[in-house]
This record gives sequence, C-alpha cells and structure tokens, in this order.
Amino acid sequence: MFWNEKIETLKGKDLEQLQLKRLKWTLRQVGSVGFYQQQLKDAGIRIGEIRKLEDIRKLPFTRKQDLRDGYPFGFLAVPLSKVIRIHTTSGTTGKPTVVGYTRGDLEAWAELIARNLTMVGLKVGDIFQNMVNYGMFTGGLGFHYGAEKVGLTVIPSATGNTRRQIEMIQDFGVTAIHCTPSYAMHLSEVAEEMGVELATLRTGLFGAEPWSDAMRGELESRLGVTAFDSYGLSELFGPGVAFECPERDGLHIWHDSYLVEIIDPASGEVLGPGERGELVVTPLVKEAMPLLRYRTGDITMLLPDECPCGRAQKIARITGRSDDMLVIRGINVFPSQIEHVLLRIPEVGSQFMVYVDRVNHLDEMTIEVEINRAHFSGELADLSRIQKKVVKELRETLELRTTVKLVEPGSLPRFEGKAKRVIDRRGVV
Amino acid sequence: MEQKKYVIRQISVFSENKPGRLAAIAKALQEEEINILAFSIAEADGFGVVRALVDKPKKAYEKLSGIGFNVAFTDVIAVQMKDIPGGLYEIARILGEGKINIEYSYAYSGKEAAVLILRVDNVEAAISAIRNGGGTLLESSMFQ
Ligand SMILES: [Zn+2]
Repeated sequence: MFWNEKIETLKGKDLEQLQLKRLKWTLRQVGSVGFYQQQLKDAGIRIGEIRKLEDIRKLPFTRKQDLRDGYPFGFLAVPLSKVIRIHTTSGTTGKPTVVGYTRGDLEAWAELIARNLTMVGLKVGDIFQNMVNYGMFTGGLGFHYGAEKVGLTVIPSATGNTRRQIEMIQDFGVTAIHCTPSYAMHLSEVAEEMGVELATLRTGLFGAEPWSDAMRGELESRLGVTAFDSYGLSELFGPGVAFECPERDGLHIWHDSYLVEIIDPASGEVLGPGERGELVVTPLVKEAMPLLRYRTGDITMLLPDECPCGRAQKIARITGRSDDMLVIRGINVFPSQIEHVLLRIPEVGSQFMVYVDRVNHLDEMTIEVEINRAHFSGELADLSRIQKKVVKELRETLELRTTVKLVEPGSLPRFEGKAKRVIDRRGVV
Repeated sequence: MEQKKYVIRQISVFSENKPGRLAAIAKALQEEEINILAFSIAEADGFGVVRALVDKPKKAYEKLSGIGFNVAFTDVIAVQMKDIPGGLYEIARILGEGKINIEYSYAYSGKEAAVLILRVDNVEAAISAIRNGGGTLLESSMFQ
C-alpha cells in the first residue's frame, strides 16, 4: 500500500531533477543562517557553483557539535515567530540540540510518517498505541500526528505504567504499537506475568535504539506482531526518515526529502552502493532548520538491489556509530561487524571485548569471546577448532587477521546502556 | 553390557590460562569432600582443559557448574600398568594393533600399581582389545 505512490516510487532522472530543485531551494534557505554564511565563505564556495547533485561534495560537512555550538537558535533560517514548535535532543555531553519546526515542516514530517505507516499496511480502522515519550523527544508527537493524518485511532499512551498499557491494548483492541525494542521486550514480559494474551496485536514499530534480528524474532514470537524497524533523528525532523517495508530487508529512505551520501568516516570520501560507512544527509524540505551534509554518525550502506515493493533505493539497518570505528592497519572496523560474526557462530556467546595494541609498529587486534556453555565437549581439540573458526569468519568479514581468545562463559563484562567493548591501547606509552 | 563397568567418567573443565583457576577448582572440590584421584592439564592458545578423575563425578560436575565453570563429562578407561620396563609399550601395542587411537593419557600411582588413564576414539573397541590382549582394566566402581 502506498500513501503517495508517485513520489514514493520516484527514481532515476525524475528523482534527480526533483532533488536538484529542492537542493537549490535548501541552499537559498541556509543563506540566512550565520553559521553557513561563514562556513561557505571559509570554504570559498558560492551557492551558484552548485549546479548538479554531485557538486554537493564541494560543501563542508555539518556536525552535531556545530549544532550544539549554535545553541539555542543559531541554526534557524526563519524568524522565531514562524517556528511553531521546538524539540530538543539531549546530548550525553554538553548542551542539548534545539530543533525548530515551521507549520510546513510539521506538515512535511507528518506526511513522511503517513507514508511509513501505510507502507507497513496500517490504515483507517487500525488502533494504534504510541508508547513513547511525548515530551521533548520527537518520537511521541512525530508518530502521533502522522498516525492521525492516516486516520488511525491513536492512543497517546506515552511511557510508563506497563500494566495499564497492557490493559488498554486488551480493552481497546489495539492492533499496532510503537515503542523502543527494549520497552517492547519489557511489555511482553509483564504481559506474560499477568497471564495476558495480546491477541489483537499485529504490527510492531520499533526504533530509537539499535536492535538485532535475533531480537526481532523474539519480539515477534512473544508479542505476535510483525516487527518493523524505524529510523530517524531529531535533526532531520525525528522518526520517519527511513523505514522498513513489508520485505523487511533494509529501510526505504525518502529520497525526495533527504539527499543521501555514505562516506568513509575517517577520510570523508564518498562511498558507493554496498560500501559500509557513515550516513550523511542533506534534508531537502526543511524550512526552519535546513542543514547541509549533516553527519548522522550512524553506520549503514546504500543497498544495491531494487526492492520488489517498487520504492526507491534502501539503506541497510544501522549497525553502529562512526564514533566507535577503529582503524586497524588502515582498515575500518566497526565493533558491530564483530558482533554480527559472533552471532552467527553458535559455539560462542555474543559478548565480546576488543583490545587493540601496537606491536612493532603494527596494529594487533585481540578479541575475547566466551565459549557457549552448551557447546563445550570437554575436548581441547574441539576448542581449538572453534577458535580457528572464529578467526576465519572474522577474517572473511573484516579482511583482517585477528587473535581470538576463548574465555569462560559469563566472564566478560555485561553492559547496561552504552557498551564499552573496545580498549584501544595504541596511544598509551 | 559387561564392558560398561570399565567406562569411567572423567570431568573436563574449561579454564582460561590465568592464575588461580586451578586453585579455584581444587578448593571447590575440597569443600564438597571430593577426592581428586588423578588430573592433567591440557593447554592451547590462552585456554586449557583441566581433566580430573574424581570419586564423585556427578557431585563435582554440579559444584563446579554451580560456581560458573563450564564442565563436561568424558568417558575414559583405566589400565593397570605393570611396573616393569615395557609396561607402557604393551598397552600401546595392544591398542595399536586394534587400530584404536589414543587421544590423550595421563598416569598416576595407585595403591598396587601404576594406573594409566586413557581417552581413546573408540571406548568399546579399546575395552575389548585390552581384555583380549591380556591387559588389566580397572572397573569404575574402584574409583567412583
Ligand atoms: Zn520495499
């Protein structure tokens, strides 16, 4: 199902034409932002030099820190009186980032959410419980207005009081939920404790934090839903930037509204389809807070294959943050790649630690991984075979030789919240 | 069926090569008053397996698993070794002729004679070969 079939399936020359038109509009829009006036002046670029889409590569990147430095209203391209809503994102360090929205922005954002909801099969008649924070976090109001636009019956339940949430799902016959994957897991556990079957649920929309395919399987079987991955960030409106279609093999990013580049986080060089790197986005329809080449910090890639659903090019599910990237002997390594390799080897656990050292001017990476309790045969030879298998699979994925240490089950640190699995000792004298 | 009584359950414990792990195993077994009759340590790259013949294997398994160790049972056999030159050769010859591979072995001095603990690739065939070849197997009931 399509919300706006023409625009959702726009590809090739037609898409590029629209993107270029909107890019030029965005370039005019940033003209009234002091930061960009200065940045373009410093880079010696006049807006008129940007004549085709590729010319965007001449422009410098915009970083999260730039937005923080502009606190509170340094990035607004319109008078504050035209801004009808403000959201903020909390940074782990320093000041929050402020995002402003004009009436047109809120309309454009709701349109994107409406596309996503329709894409996964939700329509008038569906009862939608929106179990995310409704405050400064963009997930609550963002989904709320998109769902109302489609005509779903919206329950703005927000977060907390899980038992009450479960009662509402039962009493109102809720068919679709939106929340973080970890809250969905908690919900399923509480429902189990209560002995409640959430029989009416069919669709689960999960986002705002990374989640694995293993978790998808678990959520689907526990909640009886089909689970869809949602991607977005407040700087680009909020959720709704990219979303899984029923194929659930990558996320459709809305190319009419976002100009996508994938770059090597270390060199800034633009990468091709199938090459993993950092997602850089130039929003094309943002009025209040236009951005140029915004570095999202999220690691993904453009998928080379066409999607059977007919929509345009997809990105892969986010597999980590560029801040976590390691450069080992010149090769970019993301801890998430290591995790993916370990997840498909049943003989070892999914917890791991990475140690990086410099030995005789060469980078050496050592990975500690736990043996899976159920796979210990008692034979040393079997352990050696498992160790070699991990080394081999890591080499195939990372294109890098590593040292693998098998450790006892339960001996590696468990992390709550952000994991700190990498210890880089190269800088230490 | 007759042969079953010669099959002995060894406990095999996964252990990282780091200080204190063997002591932790020994202490745990002592707490449960489990006797270690024989043991050996096999090491590879950063990790190893502690193999032990104990008088109460099930209790040892439960205790060690309970404190987090990764433990497995391994079937082994025990052969009485004549305390004369060529005693080891005789056992090795019998198994060799029976086309049975010795994966590892370790020995200890029992009350009457030296005892060789053997892990072989085919336990039943090894038991038959040793009995037919005139060797003396020790029954598991002697230990456990
Ligand atoms: Zn699709």
